Amino acid sequence: MTWTWLHKLGSPPRAYALAARLTPWFAWPAALLIIAGLYGGLVLAPADYQQRDAFRIIYVHAPSAWMSLMIYTTMAVSAAIGLIWRIKVSHAVAASCAPIGASFAIAALVTGSLWGRPMWGTYWEWDPRLTSELILLFLYLGYMGLRSAMDDITRADRASAVLAIVGIVNVPIIHYSVQWWNSLHQAATVMKIAKPEMPPAMLIPLLLMLLGFTLLFFALLLVRLRGEILQRERSAGWIREAVLS
Amino acid sequence: MRTSALAAARLVLLRDLQLAFRKRSQLVQPLLFFAIVTMLFPLSISPELSRLREVAPGAIWIGALLASLLALEFLFRDDANDGTLEQYALSGQSLTWLLFAKTAAHWLLTGLPLTVIAPIAALSLGVPIGALPGILASIALGTFSLSLLGAIGAALTLGVKRGGVLLTLLTLPLALPVLIFGARATELAIEGASFAAPLYLLAAIAVLGVTLAPLAAAAAVRISLE
Repeated sequence: MTWTWLHKLGSPPRAYALAARLTPWFAWPAALLIIAGLYGGLVLAPADYQQRDAFRIIYVHAPSAWMSLMIYTTMAVSAAIGLIWRIKVSHAVAASCAPIGASFAIAALVTGSLWGRPMWGTYWEWDPRLTSELILLFLYLGYMGLRSAMDDITRADRASAVLAIVGIVNVPIIHYSVQWWNSLHQAATVMKIAKPEMPPAMLIPLLLMLLGFTLLFFALLLVRLRGEILQRERSAGWIREAVLS
Repeated sequence: MRTSALAAARLVLLRDLQLAFRKRSQLVQPLLFFAIVTMLFPLSISPELSRLREVAPGAIWIGALLASLLALEFLFRDDANDGTLEQYALSGQSLTWLLFAKTAAHWLLTGLPLTVIAPIAALSLGVPIGALPGILASIALGTFSLSLLGAIGAALTLGVKRGGVLLTLLTLPLALPVLIFGARATELAIEGASFAAPLYLLAAIAVLGVTLAPLAAAAAVRISLE
């Protein structure tokens, strides 16, 4: 099996051009899916028998939380690829992932806290999911802090890649230790979303939102990736042709 | 003749211990820090022993966590500045083993003394004597994992000027499981219950750290030397 396609993809001019070409293919379906999901979730879906309309924040909250985890994985995997095969574009992808993932983590925390107000009566509860999400946000911020502390971009790339890999090994351990910690310290009064029999009218908009957010992430990633490549290759000759054409 | 990896690691360990004993003030600082942090709790919460006993696990563990993080600054910095680390990397010996030896020396110089004074701090917070074995065991295992985990952070921030705060920001979120299980073991020991379960989990984390952390630290040191 040949790996030439990987190396072609790894060349900055090609990746830049490909990212430009692919962006609308992700952005438009993302917009359509999110609009459809929001309409389905906020208008068509019936109110929950217990939580009334308050439950509808799930259509933003759950996809954001899911995205923040998925983006961390994407970041760690592409950082590992960059570290192992020394592919610059791969590092650029990892670098572009971090701010997007951190934003989704913040969105998940804010919506979770707003949801907590009517459900738990307080904006913040040391619920295992919220706590893990907060730790995940700190992991993102640490990664970004390490990157920005280093002037030399190749070193920043490689050092932050090691951090991302260490982080991804640790994420499950943190997740389970937080769950264990919480189950010991708190009576299980906090809400349980363990209801697999969510009616389709509620479930389908959620799935639409999930898919929409995933595509939105890819669209944002491609846009950020182009910026990242431009910044890294600012002294390269092909930039002039690519930007002016 | 080539020295075996184990023999080289042993030499590094002995060298680090010897160097540390020639500069004793650096050894005492983390301990002093730990003692002061533990003193802050009675002063800020309440001098009542019954109330202090409730917060004792948290107080001891936060003190130990911060003191080990503080000590991490000294782990690689001197050796990076005078080029010793570079020589290690070029020596043809396995850098993983050498760094593991350095980390073990670091634990012997900071974690072990912390383990020794933690019971004194615990007694001053109203912890019954029966709880001391649990506290000793959990602090010893926990600080070992923290040294291993911290070695990665210390190696990653080698290239950063004044990287102390950054080192803390990188390491603290990753160290949370150690804090959770360590504090839980201490809490159970104080209640007089069996603290085996969290202790086993701490031991599992330490084993995972022994196997993986030196590899990551070696990769990070190589990156910082490039």
